Amino acid sequence: MRALTVLATGPLALIQDLGRPGNAHLGVPPSGALDQPSLRLANRLVGNPESAAGIETLLGGLSVRAEASCTVAVTGPQVSVSVSGRAAGSHHPVHLAAGDELVIGTPAAGLRCYVGVSGGVDVPEQLGSRATDVLSGIGPEPLRKGDVLPLGTPGLPVGVDEIAPARTPDDLVIPVVLGPREDWFTDPGTQIASGQWKVSPESNRVGVRLVGTALRRCERFQDVELASEGLVTGAIQVRPNGLPVIFLADHPTTGGYPVIGVIGSGSLPSLAQARPGVRVRFRPTA
Amino acid sequence: MRIRRCGSDAMLVEVDSLDEVDAVRAALAEADLPGLVELVPAARTVLAAFQPGSGGLARVKPLLDTIDLTKRVRTEPREVVIPVHYDGPDLDLVAETAGTDVDGVVALHTGAEYKVAFSGFAPGFGYLVGLPRELRQPRLENPRKRVEPGSVAIAGEFTGVYPTASPGGWRLIGRTDVTLFDSRREPAALLAPGDVVRFEAVR
Repeated sequence: MRALTVLATGPLALIQDLGRPGNAHLGVPPSGALDQPSLRLANRLVGNPESAAGIETLLGGLSVRAEASCTVAVTGPQVSVSVSGRAAGSHHPVHLAAGDELVIGTPAAGLRCYVGVSGGVDVPEQLGSRATDVLSGIGPEPLRKGDVLPLGTPGLPVGVDEIAPARTPDDLVIPVVLGPREDWFTDPGTQIASGQWKVSPESNRVGVRLVGTALRRCERFQDVELASEGLVTGAIQVRPNGLPVIFLADHPTTGGYPVIGVIGSGSLPSLAQARPGVRVRFRPTA
Repeated sequence: MRIRRCGSDAMLVEVDSLDEVDAVRAALAEADLPGLVELVPAARTVLAAFQPGSGGLARVKPLLDTIDLTKRVRTEPREVVIPVHYDGPDLDLVAETAGTDVDGVVALHTGAEYKVAFSGFAPGFGYLVGLPRELRQPRLENPRKRVEPGSVAIAGEFTGVYPTASPGGWRLIGRTDVTLFDSRREPAALLAPGDVVRFEAVR
């Protein structure tokens, strides 16, 4: 049987694909890989459709044994990769013979590495996706030592690709479109442009919590309750204490605190890799 | 009606009532907008999110200009019947608040026709409107730490069924054996916005 056996998981290893968008009206979050370009690259490198399921690791530490010949690729931040004790490297296809053990180290920067494997991880789909959603519990459980992951039918690897490891800067300047509830805040453009934040260790796949400048509501919206309304990935929700949360793929489908702005989707991969302490500023755009 | 920006690929349409939410949701759902990914009704808003570059977003505003919000939506809704054991722990409290007895509560709750206004809180949790006036009651002062899946409940203008075990502050009047949400089932959610729902007493 084509399969991988999990030997070690690191802090958290999850099966992820491109998620299950289109179900928010049922209360189902989109989920899926947080750093989608990295998962797509890993899949291309091993000859899969970009939408195939791979493994998202948090701070590396994953180790798997191939139960049959297969091709794997590790993407995301630069990380050490070895095959049965031999250094193999990230960001290119690596062949595993039956019995070979793939070991991923801890990245020096960034958070999430992606393992693509030829044929993709072939666990049953739930609502059209194999992704693990940590908010609602939909999808497979987080990986555990001893899990056996079945693999699908392999395709043909491509020869050439864009393989630069994801950049993981310590300073992020993120473009923001103000709204839908910018009018709840005093001078929202200035507040959002002049504030300074850091990524909180409380962050997870649901959202990146920020600590730093508290955003002030205007007088007429002090202590006003907002009826819950639909949320998009990338929404900057402001809690009553004034601190923002940027919602990621496992975000709740509706929320009852005002959203001051929505970040450009191009910034989501860098947020997926932002460690606690990374500095965040926003740049309002039209 | 007010249109609010929601990033580069989505907008939030804000209206004044649940009826207007229903009108906007139904109109956008029927319009077959290109690239529409999410259409999420809520209490006073409808979120419409599109694939980047699909051009669908630009079609929303002209479409909304043509909607008559005062018109009730005429579509062929899906109808769902949910069998209920009316033996919830708050049944006596609900009866007392409504000025009736337990049989009266059952008659009121089963006698009405409901509509799923929106979903949220948890996958498959539908907020149903159409509750008789006597059953529009406040939440519990002390929410329960755990409400069993299948619990049938009321709060404010809504009734609903808890799909999974969770904390909850709604008044519990009964329970159903029907599975409200199962991500391995097709369709996963028993209830979707726009569905018409009736409750039936199981003795």
